[in-house]
Amino acid sequence: MRFFKENPATSFGVAVISIFIVIAILAPLIAPYPPEEQELSQRLAPPSLFHPMGRDDFGRDILSRAIYGVRVSILVGIVVVGISAVIGVILGLIAGYFGGFLDELLMRIVDILLAFPGILLAIAIVAVLGPGLKNLLLALSLIGWVSYARLTRGQVLKIKELEYIEAARAIGAGNLRILFRHLLPNVIPPVIIQATLGIAGVIIAEASLSFLGLGVPPPSPSLGGMLSEGLSHLIDAPHLTIFPGLMISLLVLAFNFLGDGLRDLLDPRLKNY
Amino acid sequence: MKKYITRRLLLAIPTVIGVVTLVFSFIHFIPGDPVLAMLGENAPEADITALREQLGLNKPLYIQYIDYIKGLVRGDLGFSLRTGRPVLVTVLLRYPATIELALASLALALLISLPLGVIAATKRNTFLDHLARFFSLFGLSIPNFWLGPLLIIIFSLKLNLLPVSGRGGISHLILPAITLGTALSAILTRMVRASLLEEIGKEYIRAARARGLPEYIVIGKHALKNALIPVITIIGLQFGTLLAGAIITETIFAWPGIGRLLIQAINQRDYPVVQGTILAISFGYILVNLLTDIAYSLADPRIRYGEKG
Repeated sequence: MRFFKENPATSFGVAVISIFIVIAILAPLIAPYPPEEQELSQRLAPPSLFHPMGRDDFGRDILSRAIYGVRVSILVGIVVVGISAVIGVILGLIAGYFGGFLDELLMRIVDILLAFPGILLAIAIVAVLGPGLKNLLLALSLIGWVSYARLTRGQVLKIKELEYIEAARAIGAGNLRILFRHLLPNVIPPVIIQATLGIAGVIIAEASLSFLGLGVPPPSPSLGGMLSEGLSHLIDAPHLTIFPGLMISLLVLAFNFLGDGLRDLLDPRLKNY
Repeated sequence: MKKYITRRLLLAIPTVIGVVTLVFSFIHFIPGDPVLAMLGENAPEADITALREQLGLNKPLYIQYIDYIKGLVRGDLGFSLRTGRPVLVTVLLRYPATIELALASLALALLISLPLGVIAATKRNTFLDHLARFFSLFGLSIPNFWLGPLLIIIFSLKLNLLPVSGRGGISHLILPAITLGTALSAILTRMVRASLLEEIGKEYIRAARARGLPEYIVIGKHALKNALIPVITIIGLQFGTLLAGAIITETIFAWPGIGRLLIQAINQRDYPVVQGTILAISFGYILVNLLTDIAYSLADPRIRYGEKG
């Protein structure tokens, strides 16, 4: 508790994320209108009392669509980071602990995947497989595991030479026991930090792909897709751009604040960063 | 030095081969028949056969791969399905615009992050430091696909100060460069601050202060010089993020670069251009990383002679 008192930014992050998670879970109950309900006579209507964020090109309520969009963002963030972290940690543990050919192979694959900057590989994968939520999750997970594998492998290389691992081996602990009982718990804290910051990255990546027309296909609401629709109405209806962007920035800022706070808490040596 | 550069070049070879193999295989992962995906379900049989032959898809896979590598060595990346022009020419014509945008964003990021990072580190835990830290988190969190349209609304549509889109003089470059450079300036501000704080805590800085040197020399001449070495690496690594970010920025501002080319090619299902563009962006990234490593080893001899070298 003292930690939160001393770190207002982290508390802000936790509060905002909690609110967004509640919104995401309760979307059907909270959203004032069905997200796909059109009223063409009211298209591009500016914010009003009953439509606080206004209406879009098809007369749909932007607040309701943004609420469902947050749901997609959080879902994609958690699923992708979950899959990536599990795969990455397991591969990193194995490569770091056993070394040799497996390690070499893994590091070469990592090198190749890292030779594609940012979301370029995800764009390529979706371009090949076609847009859609499933392909989006696949593409982001395929590039996501790399950072967790590298992080875990690095940690294992550092820890496995320590005396307590040697002691465990001396009393007859098997490889599986050493990997999951002794090494894994020490790898978890940095992975949690990376995962929190990673969710922010995945949320931006999902929105970027949807913005480019390669993510969640219309008419399903996604914050990136909404921003892309707003692009052709910057003059006559800037509210199409302002509100979805605000939501996504707030969400990402909150995860970044939390990630930073966790890093200070779990790894005080990095506090300066 | 020569030995280090040779070693680093050799290390890049497997990566390049891996990237080429992955990009080559893209076309084979298209669900269903890739030729139908490119031409549409109702394309005439003659066109389908012709394209299959043009792309070499009727040959065994390993022959296709060898042909692809041979083509690459000759600079032959195939032809655009939509314009009929060679992919290499199409890509090379678009690359300068992207490099111009990336360099402008990098320059802007350095212009912001160096002074801000130095101020934050030297005035640690003051209001200015908190302001700089807030800026960097904010800069990291505001996505470029929101920042860009916001800048257009404010500076182009409301204030009428800068053009909305397209490539031209400096005025056309300002908004896209801010859009692309903000996240990088946020990252670099944090990096400069952290790196400088580490140097300031070291013995030699205390010694310099004890000798009575003025603070601006202690920081500017001694600490900053060493603090900037790790920043070079970050710039190199982040250059790739700039190239990827350019895809979105170019789409927003109709900037005629390689990123916009990629998205247009994806929408038109022009796969040879998609492959060529992805290859070109990745090669650019690998090259910049290579140059960064070499620059880093020049700046810090320990890398050349140490265990990594």
